[in-house]
Amino acid sequence: MHIPDGFLSTPAWVSTWVLSFGGLAYCVRKTKEVLQDKVVPLMGVMAAFIFAAQMLNFPVLGGTSGHLLGGVLAAILLGPYAAAIVLSCVLIVQCIVFQDGGLTALGANIFNMSIIGTMGGYCVYLLMLRIFNNNKKVLIAAGIAAWVSVMCASGLCAVELALSGMSPFKVVLPAMLFVHAFIGIGEAIITMLVISFVLKVRPDLIYNTREAPHE
Amino acid sequence: MSKKEIFVAIIIALFCAVILSPFASESPDGLEKVAEEKSFIEQGEREPIIYAPVPDYVFPWIKSEGMATATAGAFGTLIMFFLVYGIARMLKRPNAKKG
Repeated sequence: MHIPDGFLSTPAWVSTWVLSFGGLAYCVRKTKEVLQDKVVPLMGVMAAFIFAAQMLNFPVLGGTSGHLLGGVLAAILLGPYAAAIVLSCVLIVQCIVFQDGGLTALGANIFNMSIIGTMGGYCVYLLMLRIFNNNKKVLIAAGIAAWVSVMCASGLCAVELALSGMSPFKVVLPAMLFVHAFIGIGEAIITMLVISFVLKVRPDLIYNTREAPHE
Repeated sequence: MSKKEIFVAIIIALFCAVILSPFASESPDGLEKVAEEKSFIEQGEREPIIYAPVPDYVFPWIKSEGMATATAGAFGTLIMFFLVYGIARMLKRPNAKKG
């Protein structure tokens, strides 16, 4: 759901640029505080993987396609702040190098997918970890959070489109949520597949908030 | 992550971006589909503000579209790794100094 130039009114794209800039500045500060050595190369790897995975559009119903956002996936491995930075870098390169998503809309795209999609999705993941208390809780929480993150990002996108006068709120919001409910299932499946693979080969790479930051 | 693990992970990412990407669905994505149905898609089809070097993940000057997409995928995957690895190292440095 990379918004192109032209979809957003000036107040909408300017305000989302400001929100994203503030959000990213906060993430940079938090990441500097908590970044562990082992996460440094993993940030590069996740950026490469999410970029590659976002090229793989899968078909969903009725001649529509979707692709991974990867926000929750990145946050489960990197923590929410570093993940938001990685997602933002992917969006910036996609915009500047590959013309995917508009330059004016970059703020909105970063806000929807890397700030809310990633950090909001991570909050859902933490909440689900508390609700489900069995040996599959990481996977279940990852799947639910992944689906919710896509719904949040697409819902926000709909709000921005409505505020920009592209389509009435009560038309564009259900339409965006409906199609992304299906795309979100793809997001959940891919997120769970990758997390179950990581749990098998390197379970220590799952981000743990309780771990001392500077070991 | 060991060097070997990083290498294997990048190979997996490259496999997705190079080998699988030419087979990705060409259908409009969720937002494009909604924009078509609610007829505001043409608002997004103006001249872009900046001209990207590799528009729409298709490398210019390569005739075969599959090859052009695969090349763009490899190019983007490697840029992403080195760019974000570099940024992550910069973010790590102030902490390292403190001890």
